[in-house]
Amino acid sequence: MSKKSSHIIPPSINSIEKEYSTLNLGPTHPATHGIFQNVLQMDGEIIHDAIPTIGYIHRAFEKLAERRPYAQITPLTDRLNYCSAPINNMGWHMTVEKLIKAEIPKRAEYMRVIIMELARIADHIICNTIIGQDTGATTGFLYLFQYREKIYDIFESICGARLTTNICRIGGFDKEWGKVTWDRIHQFVADFPKALDEFNNLLERNRIFMDRTINCGPITAEKALEYSFTGPNLRAAGVDYDVRVATPYSSYSDFEFIIPVGTSGDTYDRFMVRNEEMKQSLSIIKQALKNMPDGKTHADLPDFFLPPKEKVYSEMEALIYHFKIVMGETDIPKGEVYHSVEGGNGELGFYLISDGGRTPYRLHFRRPCFIYYQAYPEMIKGTMLSDAIITMSSMNVIAGELDA
Amino acid sequence: MQLTTRSKVVSNKQLSFAERIYLPALLKGMFITLSHLFKKKVTILYPEVKREHAPVYRGQHVLKRDENGAERCTSCGMCAVACPAEAITMESGERKKGEEHLYREEKYAAKYEINMLRCIFCGLCEEACPKEAIFLTDRIVPTEFEREDFIYGKDKLVELVDKRVDVSKRQTPEVLAFKKLEGMRHNVLYTKKLTTKSESKS
Ligand code: SF4
Ligand code: SF4
Repeated sequence: MSKKSSHIIPPSINSIEKEYSTLNLGPTHPATHGIFQNVLQMDGEIIHDAIPTIGYIHRAFEKLAERRPYAQITPLTDRLNYCSAPINNMGWHMTVEKLIKAEIPKRAEYMRVIIMELARIADHIICNTIIGQDTGATTGFLYLFQYREKIYDIFESICGARLTTNICRIGGFDKEWGKVTWDRIHQFVADFPKALDEFNNLLERNRIFMDRTINCGPITAEKALEYSFTGPNLRAAGVDYDVRVATPYSSYSDFEFIIPVGTSGDTYDRFMVRNEEMKQSLSIIKQALKNMPDGKTHADLPDFFLPPKEKVYSEMEALIYHFKIVMGETDIPKGEVYHSVEGGNGELGFYLISDGGRTPYRLHFRRPCFIYYQAYPEMIKGTMLSDAIITMSSMNVIAGELDA
Repeated sequence: MQLTTRSKVVSNKQLSFAERIYLPALLKGMFITLSHLFKKKVTILYPEVKREHAPVYRGQHVLKRDENGAERCTSCGMCAVACPAEAITMESGERKKGEEHLYREEKYAAKYEINMLRCIFCGLCEEACPKEAIFLTDRIVPTEFEREDFIYGKDKLVELVDKRVDVSKRQTPEVLAFKKLEGMRHNVLYTKKLTTKSESKS
C-alpha cells in the first residue's frame, strides 16, 4: 500500500483556494497570429507565470545559409519577417556589398529606400490594424488593409511576387522599374494619407480604445534596453534609437524625418509610434521621388552582378562570367562584416564571416522579434489574459523570426 | 533617454472633455463606417472575376521552344545549380540525326522535372538560364490530390507548339532589341543554320 502511494502525485502544495491552472496558449491559436506556444499558469483570469517555447518552427536558416552561395540566401531572408520581406532582402544585399566593398549608385539606393519604406508601412499597417482587431475594432483593419494590398501590387510589378519578394540583387536592380510601378507608387503616396487619417479617426482618440490600451503591457526604457529592444518597441519606451539615424545606410542621411517616441512603452505608445512612423515613411518616399537622381540602377560589379541577358546570349566572356556567378565561383574576399538595417520591427542585423569560399563560413541573423519574445513573459506576468494577447500583437512578434 | 535631436513625443494620453464623454468618437466612427457603404467595393468575386497578375509574376514555369518549335533547353544544369530549393532535376540526352527540328542544341534535356512542392518561386532559375529556355509565367500551379502530381515533367513544362506562352513582357527592352538582330547564332533559325553549315562545308 505504501509502495503504491509513491506513484500518486502528491496534492498540490497550494491550498485549495490558491490552485493554478495550466493553459496552453498556442501553438496554433487564432489570437496569436503565428506559431507561438506559451504555457501559462493562470490564477483565474490573471497570468501568474508564463513559459514560452522557442524554436517551435526551427528552420535552421543559418545552417542552410552555410551551404548556399550568396545570391541564394536572399530567398531565405524573405522568410524571416515575412511582413516586410524587402527590408530583409535589402539588408542582406547591403551586407554582401559591404563585404565586397561595392559602390552602389545613388539612384539604386533611392529606389531601395522607396522599397524599404513601403515595406515598413506594410509592416506597420499589419501591426496597428491587428491591435485594433484584437481590441474588437475590426472595421479599421478592413479599411486600412486594402493599402497593404496596394503596396504588394507595387512589389508584384517590380519583382513578380507579393509576400516573399526576393527583390533586387547584390549590386542593385537588374532593370528599371516600369511605368506601371511608378504610377502605382505615386498613386499610393497620394491616397494613403487619407486612408490613414480615417483609420486614426476611428481609433486614435477613441476613449474605448485608449482605456483598453493605455498601461497595457508596459515596459520601462531601462528594462527594454537590458533586453536589447530596438525599433518601434524601444522608441515607444522613450528611447529615440533608430538605425537609419544612428548608422545611416543606403542614403538615409539625405532624408529629413523625425523619430517618434512614446513615454511609457505601453500598447498605446507602440500604436502611436507606429502610426507616426508610417507618416514619416511616406514623407521619406515623397522626398525620394522628388530628388530621384538619374543614373544606373546597379553597381559596376562584373564579378558579382549577372551580365545583361543579351550579352549572355551572344558573347563568350559574358557567358563565362554568367556561369561563374551563378555557380558562386567568383572570389569573395575573406572577412567579417556586420550590417544592420532598421527592419519593420527593429534592428535586423546580419553578421557574416567569409573565408573566401563559395558560401558564407558563418552567418547569423539578429532577429528583433526573437528578443521581444524573451521579454514577453515578464511583460505579461500579473496581467489579464486578454491583455497578454494585445501586448503580443502590439509588439508585432512575427513567428518567422523566432526560430533561432 | 534622448540620443538625437530628431525625436518627438507622439502619444498624448490626456483625454479632453469631449473625448471623455465617448459620444463624439462613437458618432465619428459610425459616420466613417456608414460613408463606406456608398463607396466602390474593393473586393472582387473571385472565381468569376480574376485579379490580373503583373506580367513579371512568378508562377508556374514554362520551357520555351524557339520559333521553329525546337526545345531551347540544352540541359546545362544552370537552373538546377541556381535553385535554392533544389527543386529541379534533369537528365541529358544527345541529339540524334534527324531530331534537329525537336531540339535546338546537340545536347538536350531528356528528362526535366520540377517539384512544385519544393519550388519557392524565387525566379533564380529564370535568371540563371543562358539559353532563354526557362521562364516563370503568370499562371498559377493548380492544386492536386497526390504529391506525385506536383512533380512536373516535360509534358507539363514544355510549351505546346500551337499554344505558345508569351514571355516577352518579362524580358528587358535590350533583350527584345537583340532578338531582332540578324546574324546572331542565338537568333538564327535552325533551318537557316543548316544551310549556312552545308554552304561552308562545300
Ligand atoms: S532550362 Fe536553361 S539553365 Fe536550365 S538546363 Fe535548360 S538551358 Fe540550362
Ligand atoms: S523558381 Fe526558384 S525554387 Fe522554383 S525551380 Fe526556379 S530556382 Fe528553384
